Amino acid sequence: MIPFLTNLVNGISLGSVYAIIALGYSMVYGVAKMLNFAHGDVIMVAAYVSFTATQYWGVPPLVSVLMSMVVCTLLGITIEGLAYKPLRQAGSLAVLITAIGVSYLLQNLALLIWGANPKVFTSVVDFGGIRLFGGELVISDEIIVTIISGIAVMLLLTWFTGKTKMGRAMRAVSEDKGAAQLMGINVNFTISLTFAIGSFLAAIAGVLLCSSYNTLMPTTGSMPGIKAFTAAVFGGIGSIPGAMLGGLLLGLIEVFGGSYVSTELADALVFAVLIIILLLKPAGLLGKNVQEKV
Amino acid sequence: MKLNSDVKMVPVPSHSIIPERDSGKPVVLEANHLGIQFGGLKAVDDFNLTIGRTEIAGLIGPNGAGKTTVFNLLTKVYQPTTGTVLLDGKDTAGMSVVDANRMGIARTFQNIRLFDKMTVEDNIRIGLHNQVRYGMLPGILRLPSYWQGEKKQHQRAMELLHIFNMEDLADVRAGSLPYGAQRRLEILRALATNPKLLLLDEPAAGMNPTETEELMRTIARIRDEFQIAILLIEHDMSLVMGVCEGICVLNFGRVIAKGTAEQIQNDPVVIEAYLGKQQEEA
Repeated sequence: MIPFLTNLVNGISLGSVYAIIALGYSMVYGVAKMLNFAHGDVIMVAAYVSFTATQYWGVPPLVSVLMSMVVCTLLGITIEGLAYKPLRQAGSLAVLITAIGVSYLLQNLALLIWGANPKVFTSVVDFGGIRLFGGELVISDEIIVTIISGIAVMLLLTWFTGKTKMGRAMRAVSEDKGAAQLMGINVNFTISLTFAIGSFLAAIAGVLLCSSYNTLMPTTGSMPGIKAFTAAVFGGIGSIPGAMLGGLLLGLIEVFGGSYVSTELADALVFAVLIIILLLKPAGLLGKNVQEKV
Repeated sequence: MKLNSDVKMVPVPSHSIIPERDSGKPVVLEANHLGIQFGGLKAVDDFNLTIGRTEIAGLIGPNGAGKTTVFNLLTKVYQPTTGTVLLDGKDTAGMSVVDANRMGIARTFQNIRLFDKMTVEDNIRIGLHNQVRYGMLPGILRLPSYWQGEKKQHQRAMELLHIFNMEDLADVRAGSLPYGAQRRLEILRALATNPKLLLLDEPAAGMNPTETEELMRTIARIRDEFQIAILLIEHDMSLVMGVCEGICVLNFGRVIAKGTAEQIQNDPVVIEAYLGKQQEEA
């Protein structure tokens, strides 16, 4: 029972991180209709900013988290403005390749600044965690904070997109850019805002992820980035509840697969499930099947 | 303008058909020598139109005459290759679609383009986006101005829905509305942007005669209530002739006639454009 609960908690925690990253992927895809493959690397930048602030400048951990949020939000807006905005009218392939280029640029800049050696990332939270069932089930403080952050992000984002002016504008742009524009919605601003929010979320995810796993390298963001992209597709890309569900399921499958099947096969299992889901539901779990009009 | 000057029944230029009540007031729209070229094709050429403050004007013509292109030029979806569009006396050259909307031009679409996944009320709230303002930060922090803004938007949306008695549909997904209701919602969404000039692209398409008649009355009512000008593209002649004060006929991208319903109906050039030239009897 206890190993099962431990796995469950770990899975939800990892899934929350995936969900937070996947939300960024999915929102950007929904609004700008592009796959921002540099999204994973923003996670890495977030972790490095927090690391540098705490280790070199002696900034308190929580303040360093705020710093990485600000830096990443600005980074997201900058990337969008410099790399993607000039390609607004270009084909999707050009944008995709640019995104991969931005991804490599960020990784190599990190390599240049912080070097190739893995850094030891000290957790930004430290209150000892909790013990349940007479100390048999240990839930670490990182896991608690991760799950709480995940829930908070999901609630806030659902509310933001559903109940605020800018959220509605984002949904309108994601459905029909042209019509939104004709109704007076500033599409460029809306897209920048989406990138800002996505990168802000990536910053949260980056700090949480590195707090749990403690190592930090220039390539730290790529694997979680790809997993989160998978999660977004899994849940139905463009859909916010889909990204949440996809992220959580992915985390659970990875943890349970790793512990009950084989650690080596955990990743393979994740992608196998993705393939099966996509065969059965091509638009993802919560994606809408768009029928081609004849 | 040298169009059809020999056909005396067509008043040229068009401001002569501006309704009495609008004469003396500045016009809402003035298109001068408007033209656009796609490659070698002149989709619209030397298009001139003046619309009075509260005029209901019609833009008709056979399929492919360039009517929707004119709408796209007026709303700045296309930038004209020649000519100017003055909206409320201001030149719109170089303006974006959003600028033109903020200056008071709004439209509906030939093939409905609602935000299908959003609710009826949210569709209208998109139209209200620039009308009810509150900042990002009050929005995120839920400051009083957020609640006030949201409340104002809700009230305004309900007022607009009341025009078509659609209040009880506020929470329905727009995509699941019946066809006629979608057309009506599109008009409301455009009205929500607080336009001075409302462009309706085939508002009666797919409606039955009863619905069309009702729509006709509503168009007149909207004009009276909001004191705005309306320019509509329509193939249903009963609607055009019934509600439009000035009518402009387009064929092959050029204006071939302008006038009142009666004048247009008797214009040989218009009849020829629609039905072909009458064979001379031997």
